[in-house]
Amino acid sequence: MISLAGRDILHAWGKFIFTGVGLGLLIGVTLTMAGVYRGMVDDANVLLDNSGADLWVVQQDTLGPYAESSSIYDDTYRGILGMSGVARAANVTYLTMQVRQLGDGKARDVRAMVVGITPDGPCHPGQPGYLVDGRHLTRGHYEAVADIATGFALGDHIQIRRNEYTVVGLTRRMVSSGGDPMVFIPLKDAQEAQFLKDNDAIVRQRARTEQNPALNRPGVPGLLDAVIASQSTNPSVNAVLVQIEPGADPDAVAEPIRRWKRLTVYTRAQMQDILIAKLIATSAKQIGMFLVILAIVSAAIVAFIIYTLTMGKIREIAVLKLIGTKNRTIAAMILQEAVALGLIGFVVGKISATFWAPIFPKYVLLEPGDALRGFVAVVVICVLASVLAIRAALKVDPAEAIGG
Amino acid sequence: MDKQHVESSARGIRIEGLTKRYGEGDTAVDALKGVDMQVAPGEVVGLIGPSGSGKSTLLKCLGAVIEPTAGRMTLGQDVIYDNGWKIPDLRALRRDKIGFVFQAPYLISFLDVTDNVALLPMLAGKPNAESRKRAMELLEALDVAHRAKAMPSQLSGGEQQRVSIARGLVNRPPVILADEPTAALDSERALAVVRILNQMAKQYETAIIIVTHDEKIIPTFKRIYHIRDGKTHEEAGEGRSFD
Ligand SMILES: Nc1ncnc2c1ncn2[C@@H]1O[C@H](COP(=O)(O)OP(=O)(O)OP(=O)(O)O)[C@@H](O)[C@H]1O
Ligand SMILES: [Mg+2]
Repeated sequence: MISLAGRDILHAWGKFIFTGVGLGLLIGVTLTMAGVYRGMVDDANVLLDNSGADLWVVQQDTLGPYAESSSIYDDTYRGILGMSGVARAANVTYLTMQVRQLGDGKARDVRAMVVGITPDGPCHPGQPGYLVDGRHLTRGHYEAVADIATGFALGDHIQIRRNEYTVVGLTRRMVSSGGDPMVFIPLKDAQEAQFLKDNDAIVRQRARTEQNPALNRPGVPGLLDAVIASQSTNPSVNAVLVQIEPGADPDAVAEPIRRWKRLTVYTRAQMQDILIAKLIATSAKQIGMFLVILAIVSAAIVAFIIYTLTMGKIREIAVLKLIGTKNRTIAAMILQEAVALGLIGFVVGKISATFWAPIFPKYVLLEPGDALRGFVAVVVICVLASVLAIRAALKVDPAEAIGG
Repeated sequence: MDKQHVESSARGIRIEGLTKRYGEGDTAVDALKGVDMQVAPGEVVGLIGPSGSGKSTLLKCLGAVIEPTAGRMTLGQDVIYDNGWKIPDLRALRRDKIGFVFQAPYLISFLDVTDNVALLPMLAGKPNAESRKRAMELLEALDVAHRAKAMPSQLSGGEQQRVSIARGLVNRPPVILADEPTAALDSERALAVVRILNQMAKQYETAIIIVTHDEKIIPTFKRIYHIRDGKTHEEAGEGRSFD
């Protein structure tokens, strides 16, 4: 027996390829949407991995530092360092902002997450793990290590708020949970950047402080200067990142910090839950909605195409029935055509998604598992979509082939 | 009825008192009102009648496409219908025992000429190679073998009709039903088609019934059934030869 579906497809191959490619682009979009979600989850995990922390110590009752703002004193880490099970602890600040690249013809703004770290060198919590080029931060000021996704190169000058920094190192896959590339700068600079006012505001604040008789007391020399200095420095950081000693239990180390320091402490698992279940939950639902709509649209397209193709073959189907073709054979023909259309679509979709995923500004992670699930969904959709056409075909009366 | 007659009718197709009523109640139409007919193997008969007389209805009953309301039909030794009873698998009966040739050839557009013909033995479970071999034999006999690899849309009307005749014959059915097979052809080709059908009837011992309006071919029948108002009466034809 020959394959009726195969012959029909070969005969009408133009139609099949055309609709298959159209469907394929739709499937490609669907796979990409799933990839965008996977990319967000992966970004979150990479963010946690790259922070090099086992515990995140944040302001009490906040979901900081990634999901909510958190502010704690920058000397807190010293107390934490002394607690049992803690190997290393370091302050960190996070601030998402526009970073300006300087230089003739290179001037542009890049949205980045500016991370303030103590320049203790690699392996310390908060440090960029490995560099693709250049060196780590060594000086306390005006140096930056940037993710290559920012587009910055070694030696570039960038401006963050009022200060200018030189890019001394480049790293990769260091992104915020929102997918923005990171720029690491020394903690002191970052603290300033986060809370620094512009020159006019500083001048106005200084004037106001001078006019305040409680602070500007002629009898107390040095008070005004001390107050102004305290006003313009900022003793806050967003979190303390803690590495625990090998073999220590994160929960056991976290518990005394919670109790004695009156701070909130998250373990890696809890942090992951915050990022994935809370921070990107809405985006995930958004993407889920898209997937549902795309699935419905694909199903409608396949159903419509297969129905139209079948209606175009009514005469043939009547003749096939008249000469004794089983209903099963006719149904199989339509089903196989629908599945073939789905296969063409899937192949085109997979190829186009692979092709365009790297061009996306945010990380798109195409997982083989998603491709497999997508494939199964495509086949199921095609089978369901052919039901309409099969019903119509089975209703065809063989007498129609004889006519009146 | 003499013994000889019974013998031959036992191998051909035979209907007795066949009636067909469409619909029910007030709107019921009695399309066939007791038709008797009998065609022996190797015989070609004409079925002619005015529009609405029941030709297509009779052909559909003979072709096991619709069921008669009452009456009896036998095909060779097999009883097909008997007053409301019918054999269970009409589909297989159509596939194995009845060949159809239509006014429009109705070839399967996505199969080439060979496979249009070979499809029938394939459907009956014959291997592809054997089916194609059989198809080629018939295509050669019908003088269209040189177009064996063409698609139906690439054939002339006459070629298409010959392919559809090959399809009708390929399973060696005991009965072939042809509905206006020459309506689309000029008189030369129409006569050629009827000549082929006569040859095939002889060669394969097939009973052939041709429904037609075609004045060009009516004189070729030896026997003609006239149908009028749902009833048939038999008449001798001119039986003119083709030369
Ligand atoms: N499906 C149907 N339902 C109801 N009545 C029908 C149906 N098919 C045919 N008839 C009626 O049965 C009668 C015979 O119809 P039939 O089609 O057999 O005629 P015909 O001899 O083939 O005519 P023509 O030469 O015009 O094709 C007509 O009166 C027709 O209206
Ligand atoms: Mg008719």
